[in-house]
Amino acid sequence: MWALLVLIGAASVSAHLQDLSFDGQKVFRVIPQNDDQVEILNSLASIMQIDFWQPDSVTLVRPKMQVDFRVGAENSLQVEDLLKESGVEYQVLIDDLQAALDAQFDSQARAAGHSYEKYNNWDTIAAWTADIAAQNPDLVSRSVIGETYEGRPMYLLKLGKSSPNKKAIFMDCGFHAREWISPAFCQWFVKEAVETYGKDTVMTTLLDKLDFYVLPVVNIDGYIYTWTNDRMWRKTRSKNANSSCYGTDPNRNFNAGWCTAGASKSPCSATYCGSAPESEKETKALADFIREHLSTIKAYLTIHSYSQLLLFPYSYTYALPSDYQELNSIASAASKELASLYKTKYTYGPGAKTIYPAAGGSDDWAYDQGVKYSFTFELRDTGRYGFLLPESQIKPTCEETVLAVKYIANYVLEHLY
Amino acid sequence: ELRSELCPRQFPARRAAAVAVALLRYRRGGPARALRLRELRRARTEDIKDVGHKYYLELELEDVLDKDSTVNCTAEVLYHLGNQNIAPDVQFTLEGELKSTEEADHVFYTRIRSLEKELVAENIPDSHGHVPPELEPIHLLAWVASGYLVWQNSTENTEFQLAQVKHVKQVRRRDKYLQFDFVVLLHEMVSQ
Repeated sequence: MWALLVLIGAASVSAHLQDLSFDGQKVFRVIPQNDDQVEILNSLASIMQIDFWQPDSVTLVRPKMQVDFRVGAENSLQVEDLLKESGVEYQVLIDDLQAALDAQFDSQARAAGHSYEKYNNWDTIAAWTADIAAQNPDLVSRSVIGETYEGRPMYLLKLGKSSPNKKAIFMDCGFHAREWISPAFCQWFVKEAVETYGKDTVMTTLLDKLDFYVLPVVNIDGYIYTWTNDRMWRKTRSKNANSSCYGTDPNRNFNAGWCTAGASKSPCSATYCGSAPESEKETKALADFIREHLSTIKAYLTIHSYSQLLLFPYSYTYALPSDYQELNSIASAASKELASLYKTKYTYGPGAKTIYPAAGGSDDWAYDQGVKYSFTFELRDTGRYGFLLPESQIKPTCEETVLAVKYIANYVLEHLY
Repeated sequence: ELRSELCPRQFPARRAAAVAVALLRYRRGGPARALRLRELRRARTEDIKDVGHKYYLELELEDVLDKDSTVNCTAEVLYHLGNQNIAPDVQFTLEGELKSTEEADHVFYTRIRSLEKELVAENIPDSHGHVPPELEPIHLLAWVASGYLVWQNSTENTEFQLAQVKHVKQVRRRDKYLQFDFVVLLHEMVSQ
């Protein structure tokens, strides 16, 4: 046995256990039964570099004690053989230290604590937009479409395999600051896209044939305000002339029957329509982008909460849009798709009749611009938690909603105009 | 007398149903019973000259704590013409019995009685939607109380929900009753 040890000692190169990579390094757990076995560990430690995790040093090893130690990749096979030959009871605690470290970082997520199953603050989301684009350059690119009132860049992600003459679907989240599940959904959708591309046939086809423009948070200033000051804030944070009240309702600020119904001319109201259509920098940036890409954008999806509704135009009037029949059947089928996962019941229909008349909405505006497939989602729930949807519901809410969005996207792809 | 069938998907019916359920919650809810609307089966409306609008509703209710058990309910909601300060008249009839919550109620009662200091809490749920399990019965009690507020303040043009319990404080009493003072945030859907 001693001879074996010497051979091993000669053969081992002094592994620099201080190297930055831990590829292939193993961590063993040994329980020496007697002084002889303790001696074996002593000898090992004298001929190769061993990093003792417990106890701190080989000199503290005693019989019947649990001993954990790390060895370099090139020594691990020999160490294992030696332990087996000497009948020393052992187990491999960590088979590949680098893999274990990587796994830990993944579960904590890279960009400043980002998690798809938690609500992320704006800084985290902003960092994530950079990260997700950098990690998936063939599928995701990031751009800035404008600035918020408080001067923050409005990040837009473009998803899809690069190819000429592609049509696109535009989806935004976070219009209303307190609807936290909404930005969570946009982030989830992007994750689904990059993770299932090449694995899920539908998603692969969608990303090959279409582009998705995803605006994770429209009303960034408002969103931040719900984290720092008032969880129930809804509007933007722009200052209103001659008023101590802040903010405009971004979903009353579009040029679609602007301020004629379901909106207020009072700056203190939660549904204040603003001083004029697109008075808000955020809504103007969004509208400008859609106008500039009108020839390619074939569907517009805007994500809100709560009530579990799938709405389509019009909200500014009870009159039905000319594409009513088609939009109604798409909404019906998409709601069914959504319900197929967890039986979550959605109600669907034209905005005014289904929820209430409300003028100045982005979905109506997009439709009147010629974007035929225009839908508003109101995600979970129906009032038990309302805006304060528990984080435990983020995953199921997003999973079911992805089904509906994919359904609509697929329909659009098959009915391009 | 003009009775017409309403589409249960659409809002006037849904709002009336919400008012009926709010009152029901107030009357029958508790720290271990949280009734809510599972489905609005049918709705009809009637215009009563010089009185107001009456809604006839067929509801299916569920207990959020026990989603498998549902109970049917018929309700009538009368919104009074003109005077917006009178609460709507609501009548309801439950078909069958609601499951007893005596045991859970007793557990809650004893637990609160055994507290050394009066219970105080705020922001239920918190910003992330979390409710500590020991505060869930308090959350449900707030839901019961808000049922009263919703009913009292509802009109045909409103749809109220409890958004959050901002603050709850137990009030010390000499007798055997438990008393809680709540400050609640109500969300009004239509005017947002």
